[in-house]
Amino acid sequence: MIEGQANNRWGLTLTTHISILSPTAILGYGFPEASFREGLSRRPSAIAVDAGSTDPGPYYLGAGQSFTDRDAVKRDLALMIEAGLDLSIPVLIGTAGGSGAARHLRWCLDIVQDVLLDLNRSAHVAHIAADQSVEEVTRALAEGRISQLGPVKPLTERDIIDSTCIVAQMGVEPVIGALNQRADIIVTGRCYDPAVFAAVPIRAGYPEALALHMGKILECAAIAAVPGSGADCMLGTLDHDGFVLEALNPDRHCTVTSVAAHTLYEKADPRYLPGPGGVLDLTSCRFEQIDQRRVRVTGTGLNPSERYTVKLEGAKPVGFRTIAIAGIRAPDLISQLDQVLEDVRRTVFQNFQSIDEADVSVIFRCYGRDAVMGELEPLRDLDPHEIGLIIEVVAATQALADTICSFARSTLLHFGYPGRQSTAGNLAFPYSPSDISHGVVYEFSLYHLMTVDDPVSRFPITVDLMGVRR
Amino acid sequence: MLSDLATVIRSKNAGPFELTFDVLFSDPTDYQRVVRSGQLSAQSFASLYGIAIHDVLSVIEFEPALAIKVTIKRARSSGAVGESDVYGAQQHAPLLQLDIP
Repeated sequence: MIEGQANNRWGLTLTTHISILSPTAILGYGFPEASFREGLSRRPSAIAVDAGSTDPGPYYLGAGQSFTDRDAVKRDLALMIEAGLDLSIPVLIGTAGGSGAARHLRWCLDIVQDVLLDLNRSAHVAHIAADQSVEEVTRALAEGRISQLGPVKPLTERDIIDSTCIVAQMGVEPVIGALNQRADIIVTGRCYDPAVFAAVPIRAGYPEALALHMGKILECAAIAAVPGSGADCMLGTLDHDGFVLEALNPDRHCTVTSVAAHTLYEKADPRYLPGPGGVLDLTSCRFEQIDQRRVRVTGTGLNPSERYTVKLEGAKPVGFRTIAIAGIRAPDLISQLDQVLEDVRRTVFQNFQSIDEADVSVIFRCYGRDAVMGELEPLRDLDPHEIGLIIEVVAATQALADTICSFARSTLLHFGYPGRQSTAGNLAFPYSPSDISHGVVYEFSLYHLMTVDDPVSRFPITVDLMGVRR
Repeated sequence: MLSDLATVIRSKNAGPFELTFDVLFSDPTDYQRVVRSGQLSAQSFASLYGIAIHDVLSVIEFEPALAIKVTIKRARSSGAVGESDVYGAQQHAPLLQLDIP
């Protein structure tokens, strides 16, 4: 950025550095107001937050639900939007509603509208869709524009059709497009996490590699500080040669180790970070402690991809789940548990001969033994004194899952295993009713890369005047 | 033991289909000692977790963070039927007692 340039449309004088305020790791996880006010006092050029993740599993994308609570999101947004409008700086929300499909976007926009009405304000709100239609993705598959990402099965047309939602991760370009349309608030569908933090600096002429790398760290807010927290604010200040990270709570500080360690978080290779349009290259990165609280990062590179690719995410329903929770304390049962559970399973399917065993999953999770790690558990053969058992059934209908779970539960409760002394019952139920109908089960059906012609056309931008009608 | 030398030993999803393990050190000597021991090779990791060596996707030593990172293929994707740890955050325990000569 050229020094001395006139004010830009946000009313800020652009100089040789630019600060971005990240209030919290996930919108709705909260942040202390004192940290946030400290951040505002540094005159940031944008307030940006990541609202999404695939970590909570496929349900939220598949079912169109948020994994964060509406009131908690509203609390965070109220502070962010009021500050953004007061300071005339944009507020950017990445991957609205947790998964960034149309329903998630609507959910978040509804909260934005509530916040604006509560504040008695109006604002230009851009929303950027990330949904990809079955037709588009099927065409991409037929044209050989879909590739696998890691150890994922090759995509089939069936996976595409079965998915209730397919989203693509937008890069920084559509977000810049929304900034160009003078939006005060930008709410994006599924978005590459760093994009909402990097868009304002990149648009202002700062180096893309550094802006994206800074965004990569800011998207988790104070998780990269010591002590780490997913519910506290972080400030990133970028210049043309590097960026500085600062935790805004005086009780936290950034260290070279905390920042470098964060670079590893939730990714397979800390040296090369692929994103839409290119791969961040951290092999020549330097992390410097510039004072007790701040770390400066330099040397990040960006290797543009030959063809622009976006990551597709999709989830499909695979059945309905019913569970029952019970405890087992009898040593004679625990010592032969696998055999008993196998006998119970066989009894269930003998009783319902019309049901094909292949169509129903009956899973016994034995907490206290190997339920956490499954086949990865090296201590599986040690008998514990107590087992927390979950009987789980996944079937094509809720009624069938309920039936099988109920029958497996009652069969196990009274099952007469060899040498049984405790003849009154094998299970301690903490709840009545014992069985819980858990609803639709989803699986990730798409986690693939799709080559696109240009970075923006798949992500339509809409700008509306929202809030109070004047 | 690895837990005596490392400050952080953790597991987490790296996307829904991979599980990644981070071992972080605060002392470069400890980091070097574990790297040199070879105990965190693909082979030793595979035998510790009882998985096939080709399911260990990468072992990366990342000196700027004094970190060793191992990424494996998930047996089931996050949240799939029969899967047991949606976030992948509790798969690290066998590493704690790994013997480091």
